[in-house]
Amino acid sequence: MTKNSRNTAVYKLYELFSSMRFAIGLLTILAIASIIGTVLKQNEPYPNYAFEFGQYWFAVFEQLGLYDVYHSGWFLTILAFLVLSTSLCILRNGPGFIKDMKAYREKASDNSLAAIKHSVELPADKVDPDTLRAYLRGQGWRWREHQREDGSLVLAAKKGAASKLGYFFAHIALVVICIGGLMDGNLPLKLAEMVGSVVPETRDIPQSQIPSQSRLSTANLSFRGNVTIAEGKSGDVVFLNAGNGYLVQELPFTVSLKKFYVDYYSNGMPKLFASDIVVTDKASGKVTEAQVKVNHPLIVDGVAIYQASFGDGGSPLSLKAWNLEAPQMQPVDIKGISMGSQPLRANGKDYNLEFGELRVFNIENMSGKTDDAAGKSLSQRMQDAREVKHEKQLKNIGPSISFKLRDKQGQAVEFHHYMAPIQQDGVSYMVAGVRSKVSEPFQYLRLPLDDKLSLDRFMRLRSAFMNPALYDEIAQRTTAKAMQGSAISPAMQQQFAGSVKWILARFAQGGFVALEQFLDEKVPQDKRQAVAQTYVKILQGAVVDVMNVADAKAGLPPVAMDSQHYRFLLDSLVGISALHDYQAPVLLQLQGFDQVQASGLQLTRSPGKNLVYLGSLMLVIGIILMFYVREVRLWLRCGTASVRLAMSSNRHNRDLDEDFRRRSEAIQQLVRGK
Amino acid sequence: MELAQSFVEQPLYKRLKPSDWLYAVLVLVAAGQAWRLYNPFMDGYEQAILAGSAIGLVALGWFWKAWRWFFPLSASVALLGISLYHGELARAQTAFWLKFLLSSQSAIMWMCTLFFLATLVYWAGLLTRSAMLSRMGSGLTWAAAVMGGAGLFVRWYESYLIGSDVGHIPVSNLYEVFILFTLITALMYLYYEARFATRQAGAFVLLVISAAVGFILWYSFDRQAHEIQPLIPALQSWWMKIHVPANFVGYGAFAMSAMLGVAELLVLKGVLKDRLPSAEVLDEMMYKAISIGFLFFTIATILGAMWAADAWGGYWSWDPKETWALIVWLNYAAWLHIRLVKGWRGEPLAWWAVIGLLVTTFAFLGVNMYLTGLHSYGGL
Repeated sequence: MTKNSRNTAVYKLYELFSSMRFAIGLLTILAIASIIGTVLKQNEPYPNYAFEFGQYWFAVFEQLGLYDVYHSGWFLTILAFLVLSTSLCILRNGPGFIKDMKAYREKASDNSLAAIKHSVELPADKVDPDTLRAYLRGQGWRWREHQREDGSLVLAAKKGAASKLGYFFAHIALVVICIGGLMDGNLPLKLAEMVGSVVPETRDIPQSQIPSQSRLSTANLSFRGNVTIAEGKSGDVVFLNAGNGYLVQELPFTVSLKKFYVDYYSNGMPKLFASDIVVTDKASGKVTEAQVKVNHPLIVDGVAIYQASFGDGGSPLSLKAWNLEAPQMQPVDIKGISMGSQPLRANGKDYNLEFGELRVFNIENMSGKTDDAAGKSLSQRMQDAREVKHEKQLKNIGPSISFKLRDKQGQAVEFHHYMAPIQQDGVSYMVAGVRSKVSEPFQYLRLPLDDKLSLDRFMRLRSAFMNPALYDEIAQRTTAKAMQGSAISPAMQQQFAGSVKWILARFAQGGFVALEQFLDEKVPQDKRQAVAQTYVKILQGAVVDVMNVADAKAGLPPVAMDSQHYRFLLDSLVGISALHDYQAPVLLQLQGFDQVQASGLQLTRSPGKNLVYLGSLMLVIGIILMFYVREVRLWLRCGTASVRLAMSSNRHNRDLDEDFRRRSEAIQQLVRGK
Repeated sequence: MELAQSFVEQPLYKRLKPSDWLYAVLVLVAAGQAWRLYNPFMDGYEQAILAGSAIGLVALGWFWKAWRWFFPLSASVALLGISLYHGELARAQTAFWLKFLLSSQSAIMWMCTLFFLATLVYWAGLLTRSAMLSRMGSGLTWAAAVMGGAGLFVRWYESYLIGSDVGHIPVSNLYEVFILFTLITALMYLYYEARFATRQAGAFVLLVISAAVGFILWYSFDRQAHEIQPLIPALQSWWMKIHVPANFVGYGAFAMSAMLGVAELLVLKGVLKDRLPSAEVLDEMMYKAISIGFLFFTIATILGAMWAADAWGGYWSWDPKETWALIVWLNYAAWLHIRLVKGWRGEPLAWWAVIGLLVTTFAFLGVNMYLTGLHSYGGL
């Protein structure tokens, strides 16, 4: 290049971009920019960000592209500059390096040889170039010779030229990897979004109604999207995340899910997620059947299909609805589908019943022991530290369904019901959870089950409690029993029966809470406990009669009043009381289901992958060559009475010192001609 | 001419001694036995990994002579432990030798103790200038490594005693990889200690190992993290066997370089100057550690990307773990450029190596603790 062209702005720019300080600067900026995306969660729904940062900062961060840093224009620009800088670095240094790799520098002058740091003039008795040649050959050097005009001979040798090759491998590798990455990045898509030919869809509408401006054809070079398919259903599109909305990517084939499998270890950890899928090509009709598992994707026509997630695909449910407000009514069977919603009319009011997920397995730790280490003795801790397996009482407590009941005002209460009886201390219960706010934990109530593990007897008892027409008979029986046991005098008979009826009514109206409320309001504090005990005693006595009256009315024989059945009645009192907080007109009891699972599949097409792998291989080879092949040069200038040995290496380290010492000793021996 | 012949560089196979061949035969026989026993349970990739490990172990033994006794010894201790189990995990609590020495947890506790002792003895050796104490420090570090290696092998076996579907190589969670980290860091240090004929830096390198041992003890006693857990589906892959160990060669080397950086900074400031090796030697060791660490970290990140392409649907998803791996990689790439191209030495690079450990530690631990992502395999 001429002096003139070196001063132009273009050349200066070239010099800057190909310089190392620019490259190091880029590496630093890239590292710092990358941190942003790990601190701020990427690709969240936009309302989450607006909520977190407030409207002003939300808009600022959106403009900066912070919600998808790694695909933002400025981040891609940094990457592009890194590619440019690396390419220019190769262009700038490459020719010199290639020349250097080929050269032996056999024409080096005496002065320059003497100026090398590792250089020594060895006195010689007899200089036989053949001996020195044999030495070099034996040590595996390659060399060139130069006969000087002054009669001296220079042997210029070198080893490890591949080290320079490492530079090319490693740096070209980076360019290759970045090109591969850009091929798979959504750069063309971003450009299309910028010019407006592609517009992300933000509405939640059926797939078939999404307009063509939000759809990408099968010709799209690379994509990565998700689709959820229920068992027995199929899909031929995937959804791509695009800023605030999503795009629909058409697939060249249809994916059908035959069956989804999920399996657990005995400790409740997931063991297997797998989908049996059938892929049918739209054009050729070619059918591929396979099982995809985590770590085992299926690749069809360059599109990889991954097992990504799973869920409930809408399982038909059968439920028994107990009308809590009209307890005399027999339960009604209703049908539903999990993950779906349906209207529900109860006692003249309209509700919307929104089913959530059906969970077939619920594995719980039943040991009740917490893993809290604070209270343990040292020897217990030593014992624990030695064992790699700790016993846990894990139990699958069976299927559960969650659902919401939404009234006309839009207020919803959420429920979580277990289907199977849950045993506690030898007694079986139906467990139902309720909450009115998503942020709160479920409040669980236990309804005792009868000898046939059904709710019938509990509901019959509750119905009798709620029926004032039966109070006379109940009160009569309770009073007679009290008289028999001489707990009350005949004079008090009338008053006692009245108390029984009053307690029954009050309990039916509001449970234990209603009785407590009455005590708090009407009874002086010092007498409250005694009165409360009396109430409880009366209630515990009367409940037997309530049951007997209810059974008699239903034409059933009375139950034997053993401890187990009495416990049932006491649990029922708790259950009836708790149902006052249940906040629903009906109790839905899950009776059966036909599980339909859904599999979340991720489909990707990444044509740049092989390029990235090629680049990675080159990178590793390059690093090995650069660091573990030492480039060493050696010169022997054979004069008449002396030999000069000079050595240089691309790494100035202790290895060269040691090497030089060893070689000068060897050469000294050789030229002394002993 | 005859004299020149005596300088002829012999090819590798001619330079090997009978003991090298004996070691190679031993490793190949052991690998063959493993093949015979477990071949039906391994897929093609795992068979290739077994074959590759055998070749790698032979190569390592030929390259680093101390490995020829270390590896067989550690494996023998493990085999002795395994033979005492008679196929019953409960014997770990009843059989005397298992209970106090050879069950995986006992062996690992011995490793922890020996590492602490080695740290103390190295420091005593450094401060009193006692070559004997420093030699003892080396010996204790070797002993700790033998127990750590044996502990991991036995743990591998124990995991299969819990259940054939539970068994897996013990590199699957934070507890297990911390043991791997101390083991690899210690062994790499021992290699460089012999190579540079200096034992004084051990006092510093063992500090970072002791810190990791402290974490292991807390994690085990307070959190019961040593319990063997089965593998979730994402981890059920042969990739784990190569990705994790490669990564920990990188982490171990970076940790070691940072401690050598600390030692170098002290020497440059005149502290312990007459007791520690010269700044140039420490500088050279630091460079060697970073270059080997960089190579393995690169390989591990590439392997991780290839695994991600199998498990997560893409070779690069800008997951926090991936991103921080890139940041660590960029950091050391810049370090190496500055040293090799600009020729920097001494204080700035030593500081940089120390700060590099903070970056590496965040990539290793901080990401698991503070960031959420796909790579959440070891929470605290």
